[in-house]
Amino acid sequence: MTQYIIRRLLQMVPITLGILTLVFSLIHLIPGDPAVQIAGENARPEDIVAVRKALGLDEPLWKQYVQYINKLAHGDLGRSFRTNESVATEIKERYPATIQLAFGAMLVALLVAFPLGMISAIYRNSWIDNVARFFALIGVSMPSFWFGPLLIIAFAINHTWFPVSGREEGLKSLVLPSVTMGLALAAILTRMIRVSVAEELNQLYVTTAIAKGATRTKAIFRHALKNALIPVITVLALQFGSLLTGAIITEQIFSWPGLGRLLIQGISTRDYPQVQASILVIALTYIMVNFLSDLLYGVVDPRIKLE
Amino acid sequence: MNKNIKRLAKNFAFSAGLILTITLVGIALLAPLIAPFDPDVQDTSRRLEEPSKEHPLGLDDLGRDVFSRIVFGARVSLRVGFSVVIIASMIGITLGAIAGYFGGAVDTAVMRLSDILLAFPGILLAIALVAVLGPSLNNVILALSTIGWVGYARLVRGQVLKVREMEYVTAAKALGAKSPRVIVLHVLPNVINPVIVMATLGLAGAILSEAALSFLGLGVQPPTPSWGAMLTSGRRYLGLANHLAIFPGAAIMLAVMGLNFLGDGLIDALDPKYRKLMD
Repeated sequence: MTQYIIRRLLQMVPITLGILTLVFSLIHLIPGDPAVQIAGENARPEDIVAVRKALGLDEPLWKQYVQYINKLAHGDLGRSFRTNESVATEIKERYPATIQLAFGAMLVALLVAFPLGMISAIYRNSWIDNVARFFALIGVSMPSFWFGPLLIIAFAINHTWFPVSGREEGLKSLVLPSVTMGLALAAILTRMIRVSVAEELNQLYVTTAIAKGATRTKAIFRHALKNALIPVITVLALQFGSLLTGAIITEQIFSWPGLGRLLIQGISTRDYPQVQASILVIALTYIMVNFLSDLLYGVVDPRIKLE
Repeated sequence: MNKNIKRLAKNFAFSAGLILTITLVGIALLAPLIAPFDPDVQDTSRRLEEPSKEHPLGLDDLGRDVFSRIVFGARVSLRVGFSVVIIASMIGITLGAIAGYFGGAVDTAVMRLSDILLAFPGILLAIALVAVLGPSLNNVILALSTIGWVGYARLVRGQVLKVREMEYVTAAKALGAKSPRVIVLHVLPNVINPVIVMATLGLAGAILSEAALSFLGLGVQPPTPSWGAMLTSGRRYLGLANHLAIFPGAAIMLAVMGLNFLGDGLIDALDPKYRKLMD
């Protein structure tokens, strides 16, 4: 196991460096002179010079890169152009909101997908199976930026059960954004669980269990489920990463004060340090989560490590 | 091939997908004939008007006909979709074929670059690129192509690795064919089926991503009608004029669903094993 972890950690080094480089180069992709673009078209020449200096754009490229990495290593993500506050502080404030939303969505997805996928697998090709499969199809094709507004119309405007936006009302605020973000995951998981459980039900050990007198329910829950869950757990962990990017859109729909909203706000105000830092933090979290889910895979299914 | 066509016709998902997709393409091509009004003409005295006989999907916040704007929006969606699929697949197929066929340093370089791009969540990279390049239709195409080629490259490389060991490739080489000729005439035709499936699903993905970027304000700029942008401006009038958010969203969903059905049907008809390749 240790060897496996070390190998996976080593694989992460070039990828992390690649992401750092990509985020670093973003500011240099701004067409024309970035300093002019950032200072604004009508900026005075001395302002442009000041911006160039503040961003270190007057230094040679390699030096800028080294300084960038060095600052990151010290936890310095730069200062916001808009508020002149440390970007790291702002990100620290917003981060929990995004993570909370991601967990909320995951919970919603599990609550829907588990019963639906199991029933679907047990009663294959029945009407309930068809309903579940149709739900899964709709779920993957439904864009969150449509589903969210539909939920708002139904449950925040027509029935005022939940707030339209914001995070002030605690758990009540969390419901609609979580459902919005959880739908696609619920659809994917329902499909996964259905296929996975159905496959296990065809295995000889299940037939043996039933032959030896176990009820069907017992055979499913005692024997088949454990094995069926292995691929499901992995998909769940892997999808947690994509929930983080899904949050960018969901947070925008519900004005949820998380990282994604910070990123979009940063873009609209051309606050490049904030944009770079938000992207970096989201991307690093994403690869961290994927790394952990790989390890988890190795734990639940020891065969994986051998590859 | 005949057998394939018969199997396709029997497949419900494929037929439904094909009908939806043909409708979508038809609407985009014939937009000026189908749309009852000019999508850009405003009548601010009648803003936010509900659906009526004259305006079946109502009027938007500037008094423009929503139906006509959705019809013309199909053009934007498909232009982005096809451009991205063509550019991304061209780059991906070329790099994938070269990497797979020659191996060595080229292969390593292409694969490491694709590792980095894959480690980066796709839509985030697109957002980042559009954020610095500026929001516009062309930049959306550029950003989505930048992340899109990776899938094709990996797919084609994997297939080429298998095909290049085949006897007919060895035979072609023995007869003196040069590498480009072997790749184009003997290797690529044998890896094209999964690429077609990926392109179909990629079209759906690109349309959805364009809508997402436009929804975030990073895509097509007003007054060009884009479904995602229409949804964003409709969001401001939830409760007042729900039709502004409901109809563009439905258009996105139908388009994406149609293409996904088509792709799914193709997988089942051509080779169910392709499902694994599409991840």
